[in-house]
Amino acid sequence: MNKRVVITGLGVVAPNGTGVPAFTHALKNGLSGIRHDGQLQELGFSCQIAGKPVITDVQLSAAFSELELRAFNSSGIMYGVIAGLEAWKDAGLLPAIEEPDWHSGTVFGSGSSGVEKLRESFYKIDEKQTRRLGSNVVMQTMSSGVSAYLGGKLGLGNQVTTNSSACTTGAESILMAYERIKNGHAKRMLAGSTSDSGPYIWAGFDAMRVCTYKHNDDPEKGSRPMSATASGFVPGSGAGALVLEDMDTALNRGATIYAEVLGGNINSGGQRGGGSMTAPNGAAVQRCIKDALANAGITAKDVDAINGHLTATTKDGAEIENWAVALERSGVDFPFINAVKATTGHCLSGAGSIESVAAILQIKYQCIFPNVNCEDIHPAIAAVINPSRIPTVLINTEINIIAKASFGFGDVNACVLFKKFES
Amino acid sequence: MNRTQLTEKLKTIITPYANNIQALETLEEDTDFINDLNINSANLVDIILDIEEQFNIVIDNTDMERMLTVRASLDIIETKLSTQ
Repeated sequence: MNKRVVITGLGVVAPNGTGVPAFTHALKNGLSGIRHDGQLQELGFSCQIAGKPVITDVQLSAAFSELELRAFNSSGIMYGVIAGLEAWKDAGLLPAIEEPDWHSGTVFGSGSSGVEKLRESFYKIDEKQTRRLGSNVVMQTMSSGVSAYLGGKLGLGNQVTTNSSACTTGAESILMAYERIKNGHAKRMLAGSTSDSGPYIWAGFDAMRVCTYKHNDDPEKGSRPMSATASGFVPGSGAGALVLEDMDTALNRGATIYAEVLGGNINSGGQRGGGSMTAPNGAAVQRCIKDALANAGITAKDVDAINGHLTATTKDGAEIENWAVALERSGVDFPFINAVKATTGHCLSGAGSIESVAAILQIKYQCIFPNVNCEDIHPAIAAVINPSRIPTVLINTEINIIAKASFGFGDVNACVLFKKFES
Repeated sequence: MNRTQLTEKLKTIITPYANNIQALETLEEDTDFINDLNINSANLVDIILDIEEQFNIVIDNTDMERMLTVRASLDIIETKLSTQ
């Protein structure tokens, strides 16, 4: 059985907007969520700017009970739960009451979980205070903490799991959820991903010198995907969530349908052919995109827009080149492309799902959100695609099919194709 | 501290963990933490830690396993306090 799969709910906790309305407003107006971070400065980080979502007490207590918030110290679970619950509500769904909802599950990814909680625990353990840790360390620090919290809050009775594939995690979660519904194993899956905030998650990247150190005084200019003056990514955090649903189930209950998931592909470059733990094998990226098109049953010319991975490192040029080769489109024939990370920073394991929410919003509003901080397009990129394909202002245009790709450490790739819904 | 005062103090400690508010209001010595108050069994260790902190006592694993009702908890707290 090959079920068609549609998207019926969206939720997001991003540095430039908590909740879909705030996030949409920020994207339409190119508003940045990147701010100076006093803690990073105090700790002597090279990069002292970051993208950290702002959560109000009202938003927090709507998602968690007072008891759950006692000794709670896992920002990733916090973001994921708030985004996941928003998506579920947006889809017009309610939590199960007594009986679990056997037809609904979740694939909600994370890179790691509760690093702050782990840090707090390590100190107690080393002080021989293990018995004083309390009961909540495991649930806040297990990788699957976020899906476990969501599963309990929503009463999910189908598969409840967490995937992890570095910065590909979010895009991968959507494809895993898509396949489960397509194959008839579930009617509805909450797909998404999250990433913790803070120095203990970002330090390793700072130490690798992959984050920019040139914009500590002008944070909003720091994340510059596709720019000639891009100087490394800005660490970010947050979560995105999408309710994927069997098309017939969605239509029968009269749900609002944002878009259809046409298909996609996940692969790896095997850390061969120029690929490594940290660099992509270009041939694998191109193959991932081509196989995604084939899986979706479309051709390269059908792609109206691309929501890139584009992190604002020296790899952006290679990514554009890979898209151009895979699609066999360049110059003015290249699809519109945009980079959400310019205003969110690189939200790591949360990136793919946050950016997929942005991609779906472009279908909903039939527009291309403005690219910011790339008024000086990198010459290597301008040599491949026409600058008109990288709009710096909001463009209202027909968007039928949009391609979203994410690439991650370990030489892993994912590409998803979303289409404006027609029954 | 007499038994009534101890009970009141214990009630304050377990309030955030209790999921059956009605049973909490009518709390008595026979009240069972899990069966009556519907407390998640994982939270029993948190209650013990809170008791240790509030009464400045140490409860070992054997005593902890017995602390499933108000009566058993009060007995153990009283014993610990009297030996201080």
